[in-house]
Amino acid sequence: MFYKLILSITLCFASLMVMGQFENMAVIKGGSYTPFYGTDSSRVVLNDFALDTYPITNAEYEDFLGKYPEWNKHRVIALYADGNYLIQFDENGNLLPGENPKAAATSVSWFAARKYCECNGKRLPTLDEWEYVAMADETTADARTKTTFNEFILSWYEKPKTSSQSIGTTFKNYWGVYDMHGLVWEWTLDFNSVLISGESRKDTKKDNNLFCGSAAIGASDLMNYAAFMRYAFRGSIKAKYAVRNLGFRCAKDIPAN
Amino acid sequence: MKTLKNILVLLAVALYACTPNTENANEQNIETQRKNTIGETLPELSIYNLPSTWTTQNGKDIELKDLQGDVVVMVMIYTTCKAACPRLVADMRNIQSQVPGANNKNVKYVLVSIDPETDTPERLKQFAIDNEMDSNQWVFLRGSENDTREFAAVLAVSYKAISPIDFSHSNIISVFDKQGVLVHQKEGLGVDSKETLASIIELSNI
Repeated sequence: MFYKLILSITLCFASLMVMGQFENMAVIKGGSYTPFYGTDSSRVVLNDFALDTYPITNAEYEDFLGKYPEWNKHRVIALYADGNYLIQFDENGNLLPGENPKAAATSVSWFAARKYCECNGKRLPTLDEWEYVAMADETTADARTKTTFNEFILSWYEKPKTSSQSIGTTFKNYWGVYDMHGLVWEWTLDFNSVLISGESRKDTKKDNNLFCGSAAIGASDLMNYAAFMRYAFRGSIKAKYAVRNLGFRCAKDIPAN
Repeated sequence: MKTLKNILVLLAVALYACTPNTENANEQNIETQRKNTIGETLPELSIYNLPSTWTTQNGKDIELKDLQGDVVVMVMIYTTCKAACPRLVADMRNIQSQVPGANNKNVKYVLVSIDPETDTPERLKQFAIDNEMDSNQWVFLRGSENDTREFAAVLAVSYKAISPIDFSHSNIISVFDKQGVLVHQKEGLGVDSKETLASIIELSNI
């Protein structure tokens, strides 16, 4: 038992060393930007961080299930994942035939996504970090005012079943990150910081409806509309939900100097 | 040096939490996890499955499962809050005063801080005294930022720092049964507490 512990600690150290080099991650230069917050607009300042180049795939998640079988769907407790968790896997954590191993791992709850990142020495990106990287098109860090960019995002929102597509099949953005738009929606660490409401101190379901109406009237351009869709989605999900078009990727702090 | 030590401690904790076990060892772990201290199996939906550690207003470190056995009425607040929290706190006090004394013996009223950086145990203690919530029926909890975010996710409470001293947050009072399963939630301020009260009384009667 003791020997096993030593071995796994050594292995863990070895894998930490590899991850220390930000393998398969893009380095994102921090900065400040104005996010879409409904009426709560304010500039957000971000430090440098690293973000996975691609969303986590089914194959990678299968590997995780092999190492941490307690996250298999028949083992995970109901507090951490609802009944739709891992519908593309069998009970023993094998990807079902017909499922694409290179597609983004979806139907994963927030708890599971967070655990996956933690066990790889990483964390989920914050909502602000994710949105910051998602502003970029192929050539510009902030492409939010470009009509073509917004049309691309919105046309994806209308396309069904993009979640079964392989990762890397959409564009590589300014930071070298793929698939921020076009395949799946993604969990963020603080997805539950979204308060959808006309009056930000109260966010009952009734107010959700109220905000939908007012935002549709108030949203003056496509940029706000696309962002609004994402924020509204985040505001409507719970941490144990597993959704077929909702995947994730991991992030990591970059130590100063 | 101290930083290095902290990093090593953190690393050790991280390694422990994420060390892959053999299949058998895992089975055992899961079994142990699902048994509580009394030896009964915890329901899967119980918040007492969460492994997080919290500090009370009296500076005592507790795990959520230490609350097991009582009906728990819970709300997330922060002490520097000027707008909604005083109303929420008033709602909590109203509820507490309307639960019959015999039932109240089986009920704990728990206030979890969404601003762990500001809300030190001392500050929470002062808040408890100022708001006449200084009996052992009132528990104030402060955890790490990560655990607080997780706990809010479980309660479906949303919150966001909008300035260094101000937060937006959902106004939700949650009621848990003696096993830590969420039974009832009341959303909004100054909303009729009749259903919340009924659920507390029913659960604490058993």
